[in-house]
Parts: sequence; structure tokens; C-alpha cells
Amino acid sequence: MLNFLLRRIFTMILTALCLTFIVFYLTNLPPNLEKVAKSEAGSRISDEEVASWLDKNGYAQPVLVRYGEWLGVMPGWTNTADSGEVSGRCIAKGEDPATASRFCGVLQGYWGFSTVFKEDVAGIIGTRLGLTGILMFWVMVLMVPSALIIGVLAGMREGTKLDRSLSTFSIATTATPEYVSGVILIVVFSSSLVGLKWFKGTATSAMDSITFENFFLPVLTIALYGIGYIARMTRASMTEVMTAQYIRTARLKGVSFKNVVMKHALRNALIAPFTVIMLQFPWLLNGVVIVETLFNYKGFGWTLVSAAGNNDIQLLLGCSVVAVVVVLVTQLISDVGYVFLNPRIRIS
Amino acid sequence: MQEHGWGTIIATFFTQFWPVWLALIITYALSITYKRRLGLYGKLFDSTIGMIGFGIVMFWVFTALFADMIVTHDTLSQISQLKNKLPGTIAPDGSSWYILGGDHLGRDVFSRMVLGSRVVIQIAPLATVFAFMVGITLGLPAGYYGGKLDTFLSFLANLILAFPVILLFYLLVTPEMVKTGLPQYMAVVLFLFPLIFLTVLLNSRYYVRPNLRNILIAGVVLIGGWAYLALVSEPGTRVALLPKAMDFIALPGNILIVFVSVVFVNAPTVYRIIRGIVLDIKTRDYVAAAQTRGEGPWYIMLWEILPNARGPLIVDFCLRIGYTTILLGTLGFFGLGLSPESPDWGSTINAGRKLMSIAPHPAIVPALALMSLVLGLNLLADGLREESLRD
Repeated sequence: MLNFLLRRIFTMILTALCLTFIVFYLTNLPPNLEKVAKSEAGSRISDEEVASWLDKNGYAQPVLVRYGEWLGVMPGWTNTADSGEVSGRCIAKGEDPATASRFCGVLQGYWGFSTVFKEDVAGIIGTRLGLTGILMFWVMVLMVPSALIIGVLAGMREGTKLDRSLSTFSIATTATPEYVSGVILIVVFSSSLVGLKWFKGTATSAMDSITFENFFLPVLTIALYGIGYIARMTRASMTEVMTAQYIRTARLKGVSFKNVVMKHALRNALIAPFTVIMLQFPWLLNGVVIVETLFNYKGFGWTLVSAAGNNDIQLLLGCSVVAVVVVLVTQLISDVGYVFLNPRIRIS
Repeated sequence: MQEHGWGTIIATFFTQFWPVWLALIITYALSITYKRRLGLYGKLFDSTIGMIGFGIVMFWVFTALFADMIVTHDTLSQISQLKNKLPGTIAPDGSSWYILGGDHLGRDVFSRMVLGSRVVIQIAPLATVFAFMVGITLGLPAGYYGGKLDTFLSFLANLILAFPVILLFYLLVTPEMVKTGLPQYMAVVLFLFPLIFLTVLLNSRYYVRPNLRNILIAGVVLIGGWAYLALVSEPGTRVALLPKAMDFIALPGNILIVFVSVVFVNAPTVYRIIRGIVLDIKTRDYVAAAQTRGEGPWYIMLWEILPNARGPLIVDFCLRIGYTTILLGTLGFFGLGLSPESPDWGSTINAGRKLMSIAPHPAIVPALALMSLVLGLNLLADGLREESLRD
């Protein structure tokens, strides 16, 4: 078990390094840097001025070196201007170059400075992630129980009318991406055309105080897409369990159907959905980006979109680190959890 | 302002689709008559769910095909008096009216929805085919040989899968990225796989008949190679391999990127599915029999294992087209890749969502269209799964 964990964690770190390097490389391609130089030093500067600005600000070094700086394993760049003033990656404005630390990167806790929000990236990501965490929490509260109930109800008696209608419902929700269900829900529940106006079409006010009225639609939109998928997996696993020998034995010895489902089938049927729910996290991340853009809820997804749209390199890098870590950690948890829940699996 | 009632709107809406209804009736009549001779396709007509799904999918395929006959207005022409007007509103001069209302620029929502189907039907199935070619060509040897090759390829696949899709799109589908030529280099690599696949497929089957094989492979390499070069090269960009006169496929740069990134996102999942199936099938007796017969590894992979894996692959193919449709919509929703004037559903939803509280119809029409197509594909996949499990 320990060996397995260590190997998984090693692969995870390797993957994270590769992915962050890819993002670093792609965001630091010459046209992107040129755009940065032009937005920082003025949009009408000539090509030579762009080159000298990039050189002065440490962008002219090889990509690998700069990746090392960003990561915190290479000493930050320094530049001595003609006036004798020393500037550098790790030297804050007004700080004495002699006392500044040599290394400053993600490992040292320095995530860079956002050019759009004019704030430290770590701070931005912290607050935004908190907002998204609240959203995700309510999504989970709504999604997991309803998906499991639908799946178990559909799977316990295969082929019945209840099964048919619940399965069709699950297929319909998996066929509806968030940007479609979100639009439909907004029109039905908050536009003046239909006139219901039960909920609000934006979640901007939910950032200060969450109410049922302003938060239900975004939560429902993300949850709906996941419900169908998890419910289908639960149904498949439930139907498989219900045909197993021990269920028949339990039925034959006279246990009531309700007890068979609750006591014998349920626990075994929930192993597979657990993995699916964990692997659903990366998907939720996708949904979060769409829904936060649609409902104008300024969480992590919204930040990612605005960072990418405004070529805010440091912030985008920070966002992608978080996104990648979330994906990898959930993969690890799902693997480990699967082993714990299913004693039949032996790892060589 | 005068208005047509809902009765007129619905009636016009349905009559406007007459070529589609006609084509659907012919398809269904022919298929049901000859269903016993049509293999898996014929069996589809035994399941209600499969038939409904197939009907919805074919509806959109025919709509894309006959779009020019169905549309009532040009997709870009604007009538300013019909800006954000509800379905059925007649222009003040009484000359024309929009079946499903006008959008924020006064364009016809109905015609844009109809022509939007063309973008999806053109890109989604083809991109899925390409993703399958990449996934099959890499997944077969990974599963069959195992070892270092498998470890390496699986690591790569997991790497791409760990990327949040939207982040990947934002990194790949930007004007700056187009300037660096990176999407084109990716196209150079990814589009090579169908060629490799076809060549290996024919070679492993016909290597005992060298004459026939030489002709077939020469044909594939010449025609396929030309198409490949024409597809990836674009005069005036970094990858200009062909002179302009021979470049018969002029794919606009942004469509190419959308295509490449969709293939890139889908290929690793296909790879994983294929690898899993191969790991299962390679322990079967008929594979062992082929090995004892002395067949080459590629013959066994392509002509023994692959045909026996077709059931789950066909089902996944349908689901994956639906997923690709969703991805295309996502790209449009974030305004990536396709031009803002393009009538594709994602872009139209994006344009319409900003005014949803006063005029919801420009967003809701393409949203329902996209949902119905994906639903149709899902139902079709479900029907196919049921029917292929039955035998």
C-alpha cells in the first residue's frame, strides 16, 4: 500500500511539473510576451523597445531558466540599470537589493503579481477559491444524494416504468451542457417573458450574502449535468448487484425487498459511484468556469477566464496550478478510496 | 406593430423544414423495409429509443444538408426594426417577418439556428473520426505490447486528461497562438495518424499479395498525402508546404485550430478505451490461434482484435460526437476560435445571453437545438448498446 502510494505521488508530481511547464511555455511564447511588453510599456513602442523592455524585465532568458525562477529552484534575475539602480524578480520596489532573498517562486510562496487586478496572485486565488468552494459545497450537497437516489431507484428493478423514466431523465441531463441548461433555467425562472421570477438570473449578490433566491440556479445548473452521469453509473452498478447470487439468496430466505436493497445491495452498489463522483471533480471545474461566467459569480472560474482573456500570465499560471492539483489529488483520492472500499482489489 | 399568432409561427416553422421531413420519411421507409439485411444498422429499428435518437440525429444531418432551402433570410442581413423582437413580429413595412424573432442585431434567429447546424455537422463527426484514428493507432500497440511503450503513452494521455479543457482551449485557441503556428504543427502531427492507420491496415492485410498491396498503398499515400498536405498547409503561414495552385482545401485558420484542439482533447480518452479493450481481448483464444499461425502483430491488432472491439467503439463513437458538439458549443460560448459572426450555436448562445432578461429567444433557440442533437446522439448510442448486447 505504501509503495503504491509513493509511486502514485511520484507520478503525480511529475505530471504536475510537466503540466505547469506546458502552461508556462504556452503563456510565454513570443507573441504573448510582446503583448505584455506593449500593455506595460505603452502600445505604440517599436520592436527594439519591446526587446529591450523584455531584456530589462528578465523575459529574455531561456524558457527553462525562467520556469526554474517561477518555480523557485533558480535564483531570480537581477538587472543593473545605467543609473546603478538594481532591479530584480525578488526585489520589491524600494527594497534594498542586498537584503532581498535570492530565490522567489511558487515553492517559496511567491506566486507573482497580477497585471489585471493589481494584486498578489496568491491573495486573489485564495479569496476566489473560497467563493468557488462555497459553490462546490452546495453543488455536492444537491448533486450527490439526488444522483444516488435516482440511480438506486432506477437500478433496483430493471426495466420497470420507474427505471425507464428515470433513465431517460438521466440521459437528458447528460445531454444538456451547463451553458444550455443555465440559459433555459434563467429564462424559465427569472425572465419576465415566462413571468415566474422565482430566482435571480445573476449570482453577483451571492458573493456577499447567499440566499436561496440568488444561489439556487447556479448550483442547480452545475449539479444537473453531473446528476445524470453519476445516476447512470449508480444504476449500472445497482443492476449488476441486484442480479448477484447473494441478493437472490437473501430474497429466498425471506428478507423483504426493502431490506435487501437497504442492507445488502446498497453498500456494494455504491463502490463504483464513489470513483465516479471523485473523477467528476475535474468536470465540475469545467462547469464552474461556465456557470460563473454565465451568472457573473466572481469565483475561481471567472478569474481563470478573465486571466486568460487579458493575458495575465502570472495569474493564469497560478490558476492552472490550482486546477491541475485539484484534478490530480481527486484522482489519487479516488484510487486510494477504491482500494479501501473494495477489499477484493489487491495491488501488486 | 403587427404580429403573427403562434399557430402561424408553428405552421410556418414546420413547413419550412419540408425537405427534411421528406428525406426522413424516405430514410425510414427504406430502412424499415430492408432492416433484416442491414446488420446492426437494421437492428436499430427494433428499439424505440434507438429509432427516436436516430430520427433526431438525421433531422439535424438533413437540416445541415438542405440548409439553403430551409432558411428564410440571409444569416448576416439585418432588419433594424426587428431587433430583439419576439417570434412572429412583422416588420413595419409589412414586407417580411422572422419565424423565431430577431436577435440583438436584427438578424433572423431561425435562419442562424438552421445554418448553425452546418458548422456542427461539418466539424463534430470528422473531428471524432480523427480522434478515433489517433486513439486506435496509439492504443492498439500500447495495449498489445504493454511495457515501456504503454507506460510512456499512458503517461502522455493522463497528462492531457489532467488538463482542464477550458484552460487548454484558452491556451491554444487565441490569436497569439495562431501567429506562432503551434496549432498548425499540431495539425501536422495529428492529421498524420489517419494516413499511418490506413497504410498499416492495408499493408498488414495484403502483404502476401505484393502487387495489390503496392497499388493500394500507393493510392492511399498519393491521394491521402495530397489531402493531408492540402489540409495542413496554408499559403502565407508558417506551414506552407504546398504551392497555392495545388492546395485544394482552403481551411480558414480558426476552423483548423478548433478542429485540432477538439481532436487533441478527445484522442486520449479514445486511447484509454481502446487500450482497455485490447488488454481484455488479447487473452482470447482466437488471438492465440492467430499468433500460432504466425500472423504479424499488426495483422492481429487490426484484423483480429479491432473488429471484435467494434461494439463498444461504435457506441462510444456516437457518445463522443455528442461530446464534441458540447465542446464546440463551449468554444463558441467563450468566443474562442470561430468568428463572432458565425451562426454556430455556441457563439449565438453567447451573444444572446447578455440580453436574456428582455429577449430570451436568441439564446434559447440555439440552446434547444444543441440540446436536441446531443440528446439524439445519446439516445442513438443507448439504442445501439441495447441492440449490440442482444446478440
